[in-house]
Amino acid sequence: MAYSNKVIDHYEQPRNVGSLDKNAEDVGTGIVGAPACGDVMKLQIKVEQGVITDAKFKTYGCGSAIASSSLVTEWVKGMSIDKAEEIKNSQIAEELSLPPVKIHCSVLAEDAIKAAIKDYREKNKSPTES
Amino acid sequence: MTLETLNSPIYLDYAATCPLDQRVLDVMIPYFTHKYGNAASRTHAFGWEAEAAVDNAREEIAKTINADPKEITWTSGATESNNLAIKGVAEYLHEQGGHIITVITEHKAVLDACKYLERQGKEVTYLPVNNEGLITVEQVAAAIREDTILVSVMFANNETGVVQPIAEIGELCHERGVLFHTDAVQAFGKMPIDVKAMNIDLMSLSAHKIYGPKGVGALYVRRRRPRVRLSPQIHGGGHERGNRSGTLNVPGVVGFGEAARIARETMATESARIFELREHLRTRLANEVPHAILNGSLEHRLPGTLNMSFAYVEGESLLMGLKDIAISSGSACTSASLEPSYVLRAMGLDDELAHSSLRMTIGRLTTKQEVDYVADRIREQVERLREMSPLWEMVQDGIDLSTIEWTPH
Repeated sequence: MAYSNKVIDHYEQPRNVGSLDKNAEDVGTGIVGAPACGDVMKLQIKVEQGVITDAKFKTYGCGSAIASSSLVTEWVKGMSIDKAEEIKNSQIAEELSLPPVKIHCSVLAEDAIKAAIKDYREKNKSPTES
Repeated sequence: MTLETLNSPIYLDYAATCPLDQRVLDVMIPYFTHKYGNAASRTHAFGWEAEAAVDNAREEIAKTINADPKEITWTSGATESNNLAIKGVAEYLHEQGGHIITVITEHKAVLDACKYLERQGKEVTYLPVNNEGLITVEQVAAAIREDTILVSVMFANNETGVVQPIAEIGELCHERGVLFHTDAVQAFGKMPIDVKAMNIDLMSLSAHKIYGPKGVGALYVRRRRPRVRLSPQIHGGGHERGNRSGTLNVPGVVGFGEAARIARETMATESARIFELREHLRTRLANEVPHAILNGSLEHRLPGTLNMSFAYVEGESLLMGLKDIAISSGSACTSASLEPSYVLRAMGLDDELAHSSLRMTIGRLTTKQEVDYVADRIREQVERLREMSPLWEMVQDGIDLSTIEWTPH
């Protein structure tokens, strides 16, 4: 399989590898995928006043899965959570020039950011909303 | 050790194919240029010369497996040999019965030929393997029925290198009057094979796995006790005693013969050297990388083949980090089907470990320096990728991964 230069770049120098405190109020955590399928992504965001100030990931999976999650952490930093929620897998796939058999990696990255935002929102439900 | 001082990139995928030995190429070349006769031309010296060369090659193959030269049928490779053996026997014996026994971890050329026969109304029993990749002779004995015509069990597995109890199965088949075929592509030239002592009736061989040319193979077809008859799968001029028509690839056949001669004459020393290198690689990885798991029996194994899983790291991403090393993975992501290795799964490996597997095969040109370089790089890349792996993190935190509800996609 030939990888695009961008995939190789993210694979060799992944951005924002690591973990945030998953118990912190201002941190949302999304874990998607399954070991049996060959990919698991953990994506975490730190949110201040509706804006993502930090993002970290850990990914078990192929190079394209690592690159997709690395790219998403780069994108969402400084973005409002509403905006981050709108990220589409097709944008990730396009940016990384993923071949058709690797599209599921970008889908997983989209799912991961959505799951992290959902987790954050559930932790921070205001009494009026609930 | 830097890569510049080694052959770059390092080839550790000899089970996939081998470089052509220079000595083999040297004997082939005249048969492309001035000795270009058709081995089937009986009316002139060009044909006789080609036929003599083909006969000489036939002798070399026969000598390597203790067969008669007349028992060697040339083919285009082992896929064709497997197809000819299985479909050819099933078709020829179709009045005697339609039951075939094979193993779930066979090469696709065997499995797909069997599936084809199932669609034609034959019945096939696929024997399961144990967690070491082995079957027992008792399993075969229990599966043989009144209408069983053929047992097909590979000599050594291409993914794991696990060697099946061929002599025992051969003995059983002869007692029970069932033909015995073995796909010996991986074992041929690497360990002693004696078709008489092992009671093998049909055996598939390939040239390019023993430093010969690609596109040439052979099928051993026993002529006496019992005489095995086949229905040809390629019809035409009646070449190869009617088993396989088509003008012979004379340079390829000549190369196969020379490759067999070299393999036979160097087998004892070469296999010992390769075995030592493999054990060096295996023990280094087992000692230096935590959670490195050997796949398949250690005892019943080809000298040069190693298959290991590195838990919590996905195989394709590991290969990507080893881009100057040519090896293969059982990971789904490296296959067209997106399914992890069916061979490893059949051995009871869970999907996660199948995704994490690497196959490394050592061969004639491999050096100790190369093996050490590969061990260093695998250790380093597994460490790097585990730092990035959420599974590794969970395991370090004492979480049992089997208790988590995953979201399969």
